[in-house]
Amino acid sequence: MSSYYESKDLAKFSDIGKNRKPLWDKFLSWYTEATATEGALTKREKSLIGLAVAHTVQCPYCIDAYTNQCLETGANLDQMTEALHVTAAVRGGASLAHGVQCRNIVEKLTM
Amino acid sequence: MEFEKTLADRNLQLTPLQVETLQVNVGKLCNQACKHCHVDAGPKRTEMMTRQAVERCLEIFAAHPQIKNLDITGGAPELNDHFDFFVVEAKKLGRHVLVRHNLTVTLDPHPVSGRSMRYLPDFFKEHMVEVISSLPYFQEQETDAQRGHGVFEKSIAALRRLNEIGYGMEGSGLVLNLVYNPVGAYLPPEQPAIEAQFKDELAKRHGLVFNGLYVITNMPINRFKHFLERAEIYDDYMAKLVNAFNPVAAERVMCRSLISVGYDGTLYDCDFNQMLEWRVNHGMPNTIWDFDLEKLRSRKIVFGDHCYGCTAGAGSSCGGAVVK
Repeated sequence: MSSYYESKDLAKFSDIGKNRKPLWDKFLSWYTEATATEGALTKREKSLIGLAVAHTVQCPYCIDAYTNQCLETGANLDQMTEALHVTAAVRGGASLAHGVQCRNIVEKLTM
Repeated sequence: MEFEKTLADRNLQLTPLQVETLQVNVGKLCNQACKHCHVDAGPKRTEMMTRQAVERCLEIFAAHPQIKNLDITGGAPELNDHFDFFVVEAKKLGRHVLVRHNLTVTLDPHPVSGRSMRYLPDFFKEHMVEVISSLPYFQEQETDAQRGHGVFEKSIAALRRLNEIGYGMEGSGLVLNLVYNPVGAYLPPEQPAIEAQFKDELAKRHGLVFNGLYVITNMPINRFKHFLERAEIYDDYMAKLVNAFNPVAAERVMCRSLISVGYDGTLYDCDFNQMLEWRVNHGMPNTIWDFDLEKLRSRKIVFGDHCYGCTAGAGSSCGGAVVK
């Protein structure tokens, strides 16, 4: 194997359903409704959220899939870039917010 | 990939229906040279329909009242010297005339003669021509990436002029439809969603209105195919089209109710076959000079793998998505 991640492998995702198919079917039904249908959120909004999460979990398959889905729902690179900044900001903010824990400990240990 | 096998596997028989539209390509000359253009049109192209051929098309309309629409395309069709004559005479015959208008042609001088084309919006209005104009996106970056530097700004100016004289305005009877096609190798969004987004953004950013947005899939032929091959994504794009095959869209493909006419009078099943130089087949009369509507009704439409572009997702035609 030349790499753990091959872009062509994305098309094999459904192979997971070759075993324990009922579980796969349940997942796919839920996944499709959650990510690719119009609801309280538009498909474009869901695609941008998917793109942000894909970068958070840093899954190359998801990044590929949701970049395509963003384009195919009419999102543009400005909107996609803003979604990535939200990802990065929340991740960075989460680190900083944990600084409160650090400060609490410092306060407890020091005179 | 075999489009005809896909049809056979699903027991789909796409036979010709009544011809409602004659789509006439009056030449490949264009003031733009867009990256996705399946016609390979541009300012240096010289192929142009003659006056004699235009008159023959008008004879066909006069003899066949069932052909209701004249859809004029190019290149930039307005650059053909006989364009105005064609429109005026077709309207006299009571036909609905649609023009594939690239917007910027109004603002650029004629690439060969240098004459001004600024009369076009008023000419369209005078003859109640339906204007169909490409605008790949509501932002400059994406539009110019596909159609060339400065095209977006000129397109907005041209749309503003069309709005000023009533095009796209409710109740005016002057129809202005826009055309969206993806700025790359991906499928277009669902037509109602992107139409709503275009209406909102163009109104908010530029105070512009239009009637409808036609969503068209990029066809994997000619200039766009070369782009796919250069980027080494031709197979990926074709797989995307094939995987999105929709039998309902297939039944509604435009070639069933349209005949495409080349600048030299040759007949084709659609504009894409025309660009591939795939004439109507099987011994059919295949020029305007021996046009025979009854025989054409019994023709077998010529299909190829590019046809997957018209059957993917909600389908694609010169009138946008075919599955609403």
